[in-house]
Amino acid sequence: MTERLTTDVTIIGGGVAGCAAAVALRRVGLKVVLLEKGACGAGASGVNFGGVRQQGRSLVELPLARRSRAIWDKLNEMLGEDVEFEATGHIKLARSEADMAELERYARDAAEHGLELQLLGANAARADLPWLGEKVVGASLCAEDGAANPRLVGPAFARLARRLGADVREHALVNAAAREGERFETRTDALAVDSRFLVNAAGIGAGKVASWFGEEVPLGPVVPNMLVTEPLPIFVTRSVGVCGGDVYVRQVSRGNVIMGGGRGWGDAELLHSGPTTDQSLTGMRKTLDLVPALRGAHIIRTWAGIDGQMPDRIPVIGFSATTPDLVHAFGFSGHGFQLGPVVGEIIAELIADGRSPSPIEPFAITRFAEASVLPAAAAGVEH
Amino acid sequence: MADPLVVIVGAGPAGVRAAETLALAGLQPILIDEAERPGGQIYRQPPAGAVRPGIYGLEIRKAAGIHGVLAGLGAVDYRPRTLVWNVFQDRLDLLTIEGHGEQRFDRLILATGAMDRALPFPGWTLPGVFTLGGAQIALKSQGVSIGRRVALVGAGPLLPLVAHQYVGAGAQVVAVLDVTPFAPKLLQLLGLAAEPGTLAKGLWYTARNRMQGLAAAYGVRAIRAEGKRQVEALIYKDAMGVEHRIACDAIGASCGLRSETQLADLAGCAFVFDQVGRQWVPQRTGQGRSSVPAVYLAGDGAGIGGADAAELQGRRTALAVLEDLGRPVDLAEAARLDRRLARQARFRKALENAYPFPDHLLDDVADEEMVCRCEGITAGALREAARDKDAAEINRLKAFTRIGMGRCQGRVCGHAAAELLARASGVGIEGVGRLRGQPPVKPIPVLGGVP
Repeated sequence: MTERLTTDVTIIGGGVAGCAAAVALRRVGLKVVLLEKGACGAGASGVNFGGVRQQGRSLVELPLARRSRAIWDKLNEMLGEDVEFEATGHIKLARSEADMAELERYARDAAEHGLELQLLGANAARADLPWLGEKVVGASLCAEDGAANPRLVGPAFARLARRLGADVREHALVNAAAREGERFETRTDALAVDSRFLVNAAGIGAGKVASWFGEEVPLGPVVPNMLVTEPLPIFVTRSVGVCGGDVYVRQVSRGNVIMGGGRGWGDAELLHSGPTTDQSLTGMRKTLDLVPALRGAHIIRTWAGIDGQMPDRIPVIGFSATTPDLVHAFGFSGHGFQLGPVVGEIIAELIADGRSPSPIEPFAITRFAEASVLPAAAAGVEH
Repeated sequence: MADPLVVIVGAGPAGVRAAETLALAGLQPILIDEAERPGGQIYRQPPAGAVRPGIYGLEIRKAAGIHGVLAGLGAVDYRPRTLVWNVFQDRLDLLTIEGHGEQRFDRLILATGAMDRALPFPGWTLPGVFTLGGAQIALKSQGVSIGRRVALVGAGPLLPLVAHQYVGAGAQVVAVLDVTPFAPKLLQLLGLAAEPGTLAKGLWYTARNRMQGLAAAYGVRAIRAEGKRQVEALIYKDAMGVEHRIACDAIGASCGLRSETQLADLAGCAFVFDQVGRQWVPQRTGQGRSSVPAVYLAGDGAGIGGADAAELQGRRTALAVLEDLGRPVDLAEAARLDRRLARQARFRKALENAYPFPDHLLDDVADEEMVCRCEGITAGALREAARDKDAAEINRLKAFTRIGMGRCQGRVCGHAAAELLARASGVGIEGVGRLRGQPPVKPIPVLGGVP
């Protein structure tokens, strides 16, 4: 039997963005039903590297990343639990003069958005990371960046949303949504939800949701491949990336060293993914070049997860171009974990006020309809 | 057309008999095993060159049978000292002393066996506490006892067997404590008689132990190990509730076996809940077929049946592989194996009922008790996550608490964690799901990456 619900806002997708939106919408007094296909925060939000990183983000993303970073500082207090956020600093290494020039250029641009990056020469970089194996020309340090435990953040937002009165339904896969008059009707196998607003924060499933409203978007899967070692004495004190993005590594307070290693396999239809051995082995070798101290360590686990990626590697955030009262927030292209908290607030602003003070124009869904030639993809795969 | 490539993982009774059957049918199977010599855990051999007659007791002929099979078969490509750490589609990922490698297959027989089901009790992480299987391996492989004064405690047929083997090897066994009651053993005699030979051996072990002054105590509860830096005593309550203290410097403790299912999981096999074994196991037909067409399951890796059943399943599964490859199959032999396996199944059910799951050990686990020793997670932390974070499913509990995220990936703690979660959530143990397998199934060195 179908259960019928009536609400102000239906949110499809219980990742960090969707759950943070539920929290923000409850705070402005709107009724919320959130529908998540699996468990909240267990998709791309829960299986990523855990990087809370502004450095290296597309310049159009920086205003959002800046605003989100401010939220991260008070997240434990807001959520009522420790999500293991630590501002360890994120350091990006240059392995050539060309890399260094890129870092210098980026640091100048980022400064205009208020993000202060510290450029380090070869000696200073080595002093900061004395265990470095590879020859580096220099580095760029973002002291206020860091990392958090991705397994905890999404579920904590979901629980807060529930405590604030949101109706959060897990294992509720949406198989249809449509505009009927001034309202939306959203259906799962067991539910029919009638709402004034609809939020599409469905991750890799968001392309299908958009298509129900006549919006075809070039959303593809991206499947980061992750590896983790057994616990080791703490020595990787920063979150570390390189120009080119093919190696990234950090150490959690428990002592495990987490490294990214290329791409896993994923089936976006079946929502099924896993790590790929060749990529894992290559990732191990590259990380070992960078961190020779891992020579005697063991990998105890590998994993992968499916995120949605846009061709220009920046998300879609904003109102639908075809359907009033429909808000999209998807295609985070590996950047959604850091941005999630602010995206939730922006979604709530769009719904409550009709606009957001943050500059979201670059993320309009219309950019794919208009542009016959897509902007060049941002370099790098680090998440 | 080249012969189909059949790969068998595990050189215990199931894997060896499967290899033998395939080789006799004219195939050249590859048999991959972690150990140095064939036999699996049950017929584990000492290192090459060491001779320990007598350690297999009444099983010496069966052990010798398994050990000798490969020597007589040139057609088996036997690869010892090789860890299979992942399965993806038609490829196995391997680790040997030389480094990483891979092996493709057309058909895969997983004969991955079982390990002890360890349950936490106060003091179980003290040095000197082993599992019963671990105590047995110390004897079979290294020719040593786990201590000078050894107490054995737990459930399952391994308990009287290890006691018998230890006494036979000259070790001092100071107690044999069964955490299950005696009555079910009598009640199951009829079912156990399905395998009269095995029943007779079990009775023999028990009688011999008794003659040597080692009468088992049944219905033992509230066990705990004590000691400053290592085990100094085992304390327990007998069936009447009277507390006893036994001085000892080593304890062998475990409650039955659990299947090693990770490779089947990674191969994409569907799982079913095994009510008798209280665990999720890969689904298999009586002929050893899994839900994945190219993957077959033999032996204890897909539900506990014991060594005799494993030999039969190894043979039967090989026949299924031959049949599926369009090769001629001895149908009379297949029917004979099916009959013997049916008898084994009746025996196994009676045996599991004779050693009912010791719920009281889990009910007694205190909040401060360590459940996951890899990650240092206590029972209290698990209960708190179940209560305050709605972790009603075992993978959710893993995400929140790190249980099962350590070196063993839950192979040791996973069962106890599921039992505790089921109790905290007020659902049956099948209701909390199973830990998803993730490669590598055992730790692999970072250094082994491609050059």
